[in-house]
Amino acid sequence: MTWQGPIEKIDEYRWRVPKSYKQGMRVDGVIYADAEMIEDIRHDKAAEQVANVAFLPGIVKHSLAMPDIHWGYGAPIGGVAAFDVDNNGIISPGMVGYDVNCGVRLVRTLLTEKDVQPKLRDLVSALHSDVPAGVGSTGDIKVSESEERKLLAEGASWVVKHGYGRPEDLDYTEDRGAIKGANPDDVSKRAYERGKSQSGTLGSGNHFMEVQVIDEIYDETAAGVFGLEKGQVTLMIHSGSRGLGYQVCDEYSKDFIRCLSKYNISVPDRQLACAPVNSEEGKAYLGAMKCAANYAWANRQCLMHLARLTFEKVFRLGPKDLGMDLIYDVAHNIAKIEKYKIDGKERTLCVHRKGATRAFPPGHPELPAKYSSVGQPVIIPGDMGRNSYLLVGTRKAEETFYSTCHGAGRRLSRTAAISACRGRSIGRELESKGIIVMSSGRETLAEEAPEAYKDVNEVVNVVHGAGISKRVCRMRPLGAIKG
Amino acid sequence: MKRYEQFPHTADIGVRVFGASLKELFENAAFAMFDIIADIENMTGEVTETFDLEAPDYEELLVSWLDELLYNFYTKQLIFNKFHIETLEEGRLRATAVGRPIGANRNRLKTEIKAATYSGLNIKKAADGYSVEIIFDV
Repeated sequence: MTWQGPIEKIDEYRWRVPKSYKQGMRVDGVIYADAEMIEDIRHDKAAEQVANVAFLPGIVKHSLAMPDIHWGYGAPIGGVAAFDVDNNGIISPGMVGYDVNCGVRLVRTLLTEKDVQPKLRDLVSALHSDVPAGVGSTGDIKVSESEERKLLAEGASWVVKHGYGRPEDLDYTEDRGAIKGANPDDVSKRAYERGKSQSGTLGSGNHFMEVQVIDEIYDETAAGVFGLEKGQVTLMIHSGSRGLGYQVCDEYSKDFIRCLSKYNISVPDRQLACAPVNSEEGKAYLGAMKCAANYAWANRQCLMHLARLTFEKVFRLGPKDLGMDLIYDVAHNIAKIEKYKIDGKERTLCVHRKGATRAFPPGHPELPAKYSSVGQPVIIPGDMGRNSYLLVGTRKAEETFYSTCHGAGRRLSRTAAISACRGRSIGRELESKGIIVMSSGRETLAEEAPEAYKDVNEVVNVVHGAGISKRVCRMRPLGAIKG
Repeated sequence: MKRYEQFPHTADIGVRVFGASLKELFENAAFAMFDIIADIENMTGEVTETFDLEAPDYEELLVSWLDELLYNFYTKQLIFNKFHIETLEEGRLRATAVGRPIGANRNRLKTEIKAATYSGLNIKKAADGYSVEIIFDV
């Protein structure tokens, strides 16, 4: 399958899907990629999905896609689009995704690769047994419905208050781990039901916890601000809002199909069902989505706490000696209300990032004071066998509503990955490179094999080259647990 | 007739489901979903759940049916492997599904499906029955 639509070169890193491509597109699509990637992007329907997002009412500037773009449902993964709230701009559950606030956090340690190597296998197996993961797993935190309502409103601070972590962790979490305006009344009983036993679980599929070592520093100043140097060991956690978020997206997607005729909106794919941000339905979804986002921050906070305890146990070191401080936590599936200057006027926009990361520039008021001089940390996980990155936001990223990529991006479907790996042991292949990986799912390692992903180095090269974020350091995997 | 086949989808799982009738299409779609979630071959059911769902059209009804089964899977911790659609008419479905508690069958679990999506959903009628492509978010 090759996508036959028009893609025009704007410059070395930007490509246009012109609005003349399909009747109904309100703006152009703009894809960030290099010449080689753009050929790869034609291999699935992702570019068509970029064009479909351009149909949505109130869209501002362009329907954007980051270089890790790939075929999703409704909107592409790697998609970014902003809608003018005061000009009939919409919000769409399908453009946020089922896993609301799927995101990543990066934790530093004071350990070096040399400290970790002799105990690496013990560490990975301890994480594998201490952190609930895999299909149908249940977590540590079991709370009543009234307590869960508090958790949804207070996010990560609720779990910190209950002993899972330290107050300063919140300073280094996007939105301090609780987006304001979360309304537990907008979350259905069924969503509570699906979420109630899953707090503190990793999930499955591409969710993971990875022990890494910093193998390259590109920006000494920024790395210094984050307290990072070459050879230092870090921990990365990737998880989301589990069943609660999925149920919220599912129910509101269904309701929003009804909104299409009510608000006279036409969409090329039902999964892009939407409603004006300012409508009753739009506000309710936003209230519920924020709850799901807060649940996800609580979840990652809880996972980090479990990991800290495991490190203490394996290395027989106290918290001070381990120095496991949170560097940052970012969402990569979310809609946010943010203000931008458009044609000289300040506008309130609903910025959707689906498989894309917010990347605020230096000096932005929402950054922790300590990071103000360097910009927001942007955490980019790669695949199990290659690298991950820490980037920072830039002023130039105003052109993408301060957004950048979120990962490597898949290039092979799961079935294609499994058949490419038939007869091989991915676990052993990684081990021969010194990487120890344990998973709960039987086929997870094949599905998540390095070759199933684009090379994160190339993806990061594009966002760095285009100037929408810049490299701080690169990490190399030592070991990981997968769902 | 083949009940379903997977087609390559980059981020998620795509299935093409077949059925001689609409009822069979709905049954096979549910089978496809649980065949992805777990190893359901040679599994005998012991719990029966009944379903009564409404939606404006067949496509939405299909997603509601699958999502309802998923909801039961996660909250009642049941793996289903047999499905029977009793009535299916424009807007309404009545069905039963037979399954077993996850409990001792945890080792059967394979893939976490987050939801059945509406993306590109279109039930097609051909000479020998029906088909539909469904994308599952995993």
